Amino acid sequence: MGLFVQQIVNGLALGSIYALIALGYTMVYGIIRLINFAHGDIYMIGAFVGYFALTTFNLPFGVSLVLAMLIPAILGMLIERVAYRPLRKSPSIAVLITAIGVSLLIENLAILWFSPDPRPFPQIFPNMPLDFFGIKISIPQIIVFLTSVALMIALNFLVQKTKIGKAMRAVSQDKEAASLMGIDTDRIISLTFAIGSALAGAAGVMVGVIYPRIQPLMGVMPGLKAFVSAVLGGIGSIPGAMLGGLIMGLTESLVTALISSTWRDAIAFGLLIVILLVKPSGILGKSTREKV
Amino acid sequence: MTENQNILEANSLTMSFGGLTAVANLSFCLRKGELVGLIGPNGAGKTTVFNMLTGVYAPTEGSILLNQGDKKQAISGLPPYKITQKGIARTFQNIRLFNKLSVLDNVRIAFHFSRSYSMFHSFFLTPLFWREEKKITADATELLALLRLEERKNDLAKNLSYGEMRRLEIARALATHPQILLLDEPAAGMNPQETEELSELINLIREKFSLTILLIEHDMSLVMKLCEKIMVLDYGMMIASGTPEEICHSKRVIEAYLGEEV
Amino acid sequence: MAQQTKKNSTYDGYIALASALLLLILNLILVSGKMPAYYSGILGFMGINIILAVSLNLINGIAGQFSLGHAGFMAIGAYVSALISIYLQWPFIVALLCGGLAAAFIGILIGLPTLRLKGDYLAIATLGLGEIIRVVILNLDITKGARGLTGIPRTTTIFWVEAIAIITVIVTINLMRSTHGRALLSIREDEIAAEAMGINTTYYKVFAFATGAFFAGIAGGLFAHIMGYIAPKNFDFMRSIEILVIVVLGGLGSITGSIVATIVLTVLPEALRGFAQYRMVLYSAMLIMMMLFRPQGLLGTRELKVSDVFKFFSGGGERDD
Repeated sequence: MGLFVQQIVNGLALGSIYALIALGYTMVYGIIRLINFAHGDIYMIGAFVGYFALTTFNLPFGVSLVLAMLIPAILGMLIERVAYRPLRKSPSIAVLITAIGVSLLIENLAILWFSPDPRPFPQIFPNMPLDFFGIKISIPQIIVFLTSVALMIALNFLVQKTKIGKAMRAVSQDKEAASLMGIDTDRIISLTFAIGSALAGAAGVMVGVIYPRIQPLMGVMPGLKAFVSAVLGGIGSIPGAMLGGLIMGLTESLVTALISSTWRDAIAFGLLIVILLVKPSGILGKSTREKV
Repeated sequence: MTENQNILEANSLTMSFGGLTAVANLSFCLRKGELVGLIGPNGAGKTTVFNMLTGVYAPTEGSILLNQGDKKQAISGLPPYKITQKGIARTFQNIRLFNKLSVLDNVRIAFHFSRSYSMFHSFFLTPLFWREEKKITADATELLALLRLEERKNDLAKNLSYGEMRRLEIARALATHPQILLLDEPAAGMNPQETEELSELINLIREKFSLTILLIEHDMSLVMKLCEKIMVLDYGMMIASGTPEEICHSKRVIEAYLGEEV
Repeated sequence: MAQQTKKNSTYDGYIALASALLLLILNLILVSGKMPAYYSGILGFMGINIILAVSLNLINGIAGQFSLGHAGFMAIGAYVSALISIYLQWPFIVALLCGGLAAAFIGILIGLPTLRLKGDYLAIATLGLGEIIRVVILNLDITKGARGLTGIPRTTTIFWVEAIAIITVIVTINLMRSTHGRALLSIREDEIAAEAMGINTTYYKVFAFATGAFFAGIAGGLFAHIMGYIAPKNFDFMRSIEILVIVVLGGLGSITGSIVATIVLTVLPEALRGFAQYRMVLYSAMLIMMMLFRPQGLLGTRELKVSDVFKFFSGGGERDD
């Protein structure tokens, strides 16, 4: 029982990181129906920005976190402008391949610049486990969980309560109608990439805080799993991405503890397939019926 | 089989989507060789009836019986391809052609089950393959000629004019050798002259292939001219059925179309 | 074949071209006795990639079912045939066929439930299934897990690779021009209309999936017997992506496009070898550029015909898609 609860705690910390990455996938998919394969690499860039800010420039954690959100945000907007926008009217598979190309480009540039070897992420917070009735929760885990929740609340406020958020929701419903209502859809799409990338950048720093090893290909698997989380929760749905991320994190840490870590990836994808077959629109997604 | 025999019987069909009932307790029969019109305001459930008859939706309740020779069989709930193979073909209201294929290929596809050969013959291009392909092409070309599309047979379907697309939909449906043909707004988007030609065409194919036709149409003059019997749907229920004459004078129909005040 | 109609003659052009391209490669192989192993190795991989690309094109380009798990089928073929060769010492061709059939069987098993999904959802489900296959191989004892399987007899010769590549291409092209191929195309164009034409779409989708998986399995078997050593990491998600990139770059639905793209994308990274560490950067940059300037792929959906080649060399280039 103690082990079980312990794994839930670990799973929540991991899950909140998946949720942060999944948000970017779900927002981009919701607005331009693109599986942005480069998103996992943006998360990696966030981790490296945080790393250099903390080590080379010796900046405080808060400033580093802001930088690690800002630079990926700019990168995300740049990618959208240069690689995706010219293909807005092309078949979706062409955009998908472009996204894969962008992903490979970022990974290989990172290997070139940062070397393929893993680097230790600086330990800012004492890795001291606090004991809550026999359940050990480390300070980094608490920091990660609280920061993620704060960011998600901020995002929810932005999307639900602000004018920009309203415009974003309008564009994802119907791009043409939104532009007829005077919304600059290109700007909103750009902004969506910026916000999604900023969250991924933050997730990069968060992962450095709990698992202090970063390397240029660190974004591939978490990127895939975060995307799976987004589908699990219902792609296009922001609460869905948060829920999907948490479920993914919990499942993984439970499977790792109870079965074996080598089966972890199979279970994650197995879960995805079961959800897709039972309810393809995901847990919180709305199902649509094709009109005949 | 006598001329007056029912070829299709629909018994208390109901179709609900979640809480919404699109069609409620609808029963009707089609006699062999008849041309029946299905009319009603937008959203009355006409296309839903077609979707149930062709298997796109399985009715929530009720049954559909197809009468062929002396055997009567239930077809409700069968997958669409089986229903097509049993002799019910359709056209689509929101034209669904195979856009990036040629006009000829659109029709050749529809010969798929009636003139088929096994995979073996296609992998190894046996003489049977060539023979059958030649026949399929000849039959398809003949159908295209009938629908005045022969000139355009090598064009892509997406490059056709609106009227041509509607005619290609009909050609494609005919290629499946139907006994019953369901036409979903075949005259939509056509000008009066094209509509006139269409009504001649419908009469022509009806004779030539001895078809039973069920027609959804908003163009009243076309319906009144072509159909022997008309059924009127409103809010998923049949509010009237009878000859064009009777329908014209039915108070309920006038109410449904023009509102209660009149 | 005297009975063929005028319409059919247009196909012969590209069959001829496809075979000519492959024959050219075969001719190169005839001198490969004297060829450095490096070049014959590249030719071998080129042939394997042609099989993979054409078989994925059957699923993605012709039947329109977006699959991202092709490496999984390749893995099944590779492992099954390698295990047969190692433990049962059956003849090479039998081992290959068993690998292909095993992949096709798994393809049917996977295809039946998942092919109900459409578009991006199907892509993600197949991606997941590909990964599951890899993780299962990673965890089985018989496959030796992450350490990989060694001691596979290196029986694959370039002759085998090219012969099977030619068979794959010809079978696919023959299929495409038949009523069965048209059924697959109609599913790509509009599934609901295809059903209304009396086509059992589930059957044909699963058929395309199984046939594609079969050839991918054979390609996997060839790969295993060329390398002598296989490990799960040879068949990861990136491998599926590589094959997909070839297919899209050549043009979805264009078999000759897949062949041309395979040759370009197999030679390109090799040609960039001189740039050492910039190689992959340049490769991905070129990939983005190609998609930006020609999103429909090199050939779109059309096929390259012999007459095009003549037209090209006599100066009259045409670009109609």
